[in-house]
Amino acid sequence: MKPVKLSEFWQYATVEKRPTRDGYGEALLELGKNNPDVVVLTADLAESTRVLPFQQKYPDRFVECGVAEQNMMGVAAGLALAGKIPFVSSYAVFSPGRNWDQLRVSVCYTKANVKIAGAHTGISVGPDGATHQALEDLALTRVIPDLVVMAPCDAEETRKCTLAAAAYKGPVYFRFAREKTPVMTVKDTPFEIGKANVCREGYDVTIIACGPLLHQALMAAEKLAGKGIEAEVINCHTLKPLDAKTILQSVKTTRCVVTVEEHQITGGLFGAVSEALAKTFPVPIEPVGMPNSFGESGAPDELLAKYGMTEKQIILAAQRVIKRK
Amino acid sequence: MRKTVKQMGLIANQIRQDIIKMLVKAGSGHSAGPLGMADVFTALYFGGIANVDPKLRHDPKRDRVVLSNAHICPVLYATLARRGYFPLAELKTLRQLGSRLQGHSNSHFDIGIETSGGPLGQGISQAVGMAIASRMNSQQSSVNSRQSISSKLTTNDRRQTTYHTWCLESDGEFDEGQTWEAYLLAGKMNLRELTTIIDRNNIQIDGFTEDIMPLEDFAKKLRAFNWFVIEVDGHNIRSILDAMRQAKSQAANPTAIICHTIPGKGVDFMENKFEWHGKPPNRDEARIALHELRTLGGKIKSEHE
Repeated sequence: MKPVKLSEFWQYATVEKRPTRDGYGEALLELGKNNPDVVVLTADLAESTRVLPFQQKYPDRFVECGVAEQNMMGVAAGLALAGKIPFVSSYAVFSPGRNWDQLRVSVCYTKANVKIAGAHTGISVGPDGATHQALEDLALTRVIPDLVVMAPCDAEETRKCTLAAAAYKGPVYFRFAREKTPVMTVKDTPFEIGKANVCREGYDVTIIACGPLLHQALMAAEKLAGKGIEAEVINCHTLKPLDAKTILQSVKTTRCVVTVEEHQITGGLFGAVSEALAKTFPVPIEPVGMPNSFGESGAPDELLAKYGMTEKQIILAAQRVIKRK
Repeated sequence: MRKTVKQMGLIANQIRQDIIKMLVKAGSGHSAGPLGMADVFTALYFGGIANVDPKLRHDPKRDRVVLSNAHICPVLYATLARRGYFPLAELKTLRQLGSRLQGHSNSHFDIGIETSGGPLGQGISQAVGMAIASRMNSQQSSVNSRQSISSKLTTNDRRQTTYHTWCLESDGEFDEGQTWEAYLLAGKMNLRELTTIIDRNNIQIDGFTEDIMPLEDFAKKLRAFNWFVIEVDGHNIRSILDAMRQAKSQAANPTAIICHTIPGKGVDFMENKFEWHGKPPNRDEARIALHELRTLGGKIKSEHE
């Protein structure tokens, strides 16, 4: 399949680096200006979830809930049922970690048009340690009926993801990260909920990634090419609804898959891809992700290396899975 | 819709009979709470309090009624049916496959129910959100109107889209931390657009509230959260109406009306028995209960037996 357009600098050290959460804050300002129904809530994390500029500019459409995530989710449901488009902003370990019941019943079962933004996801949260590293949020959200689940790959895609969430009618969860990561996509890279983007063509193995680790996947593919292995790389930014069509089309050629995510290897992207392919076109799949354990304090790069979510691990996984064909 | 107090007494009695019939047919469900709240629901829906109308059920200006302790939904269903939201005959489908009357009330079926409830403490947060939305509508500035391109409502529509939110809760729900989180937020915002109506019946599943998790001094606690608190006899329709009117005209704070009720009210063998919190009557018990309700506890002769 024809790959989407990426930044011409994506593989160089000069690539722009920004935290994905910045894209969220920018999009909210755009939405604040263009849509008076957009409302933002936070639970004492306005600065680090990047909603502070919205609060300063649109104080009448901002609700500071204090450190009370369960109430925040319910209040958002009430706002949505009254016609608003609320964005619930906190760390993913608390929201949806702590208010999953409210997400399930007050928001999703009620079909309330609420957008939930989970910040500080992945092991790369770093020094805060295991309690603050959300590695289960995709599993928690993916099991709830009718909830859209997204993991954008960089700040630009997070901006588009936020705008798309506002335009979509129904509950949406999306996650972002704390650290600066390469901005691979550009303004005219397409983004559509439920439509995976092929970023690199190949025929030996399909690497399906979500979130900022997409960069590692693309770098791994370049290295694999040097070893004579042509990998197709898919940016699967939407985990639910999963773009099984694009994945299947790729896998019919490559006949093996590596999934890459900053999440437990159970219940997230590996789970979603395995479920889809087991039903339609079973092939060997190797996961790169958190190996069923809790994280710890450390520098982001050290942690990604220790727990096996790097370019090197992706290369090894690709070589292993090709042998299993 | 505004009935006299005397008429409302009769409606509440009919609603209690509806509840017994629904529960015995369903074979499961909660008895004590719905019976205890029949007078309060009657006052809210038939006393000219809640600005709702089955003919205008999608009106953005309608008052929002949120049932947080959704396990007492038989009383809500009976009230809505009597108020004309759906046919009375449908009441007997409670809890059955394909019914619009789910075991805990939800908002899927366009029968006058605003939210989905069940897990305790969730309704109050939703009610706070609805009340905040009304506040935001009243504050929409003209600056926003110039910037409004994607929205369907104009600023003028929005300004007029204000309403009052009524949240029905149970005392047992105050065991949930979420309830207090919501009270904190509403208190902080002086959310006068919101009134809670608390069923203070002193029972929960495992026993009396003051044994399971004491709430007293209940009114004092709520006042400390910056709420205006009124305590009423939850079976005196005139007092309930007065409290609700007072709540709606509150200019400074959200109001909590603590309704002291008798769980199982109107059925002698159920009154004040926490054992009746979560179970329905069997056929014989239902017959006795209906006889008691039809004869107003032996005061009149039943016309239907």
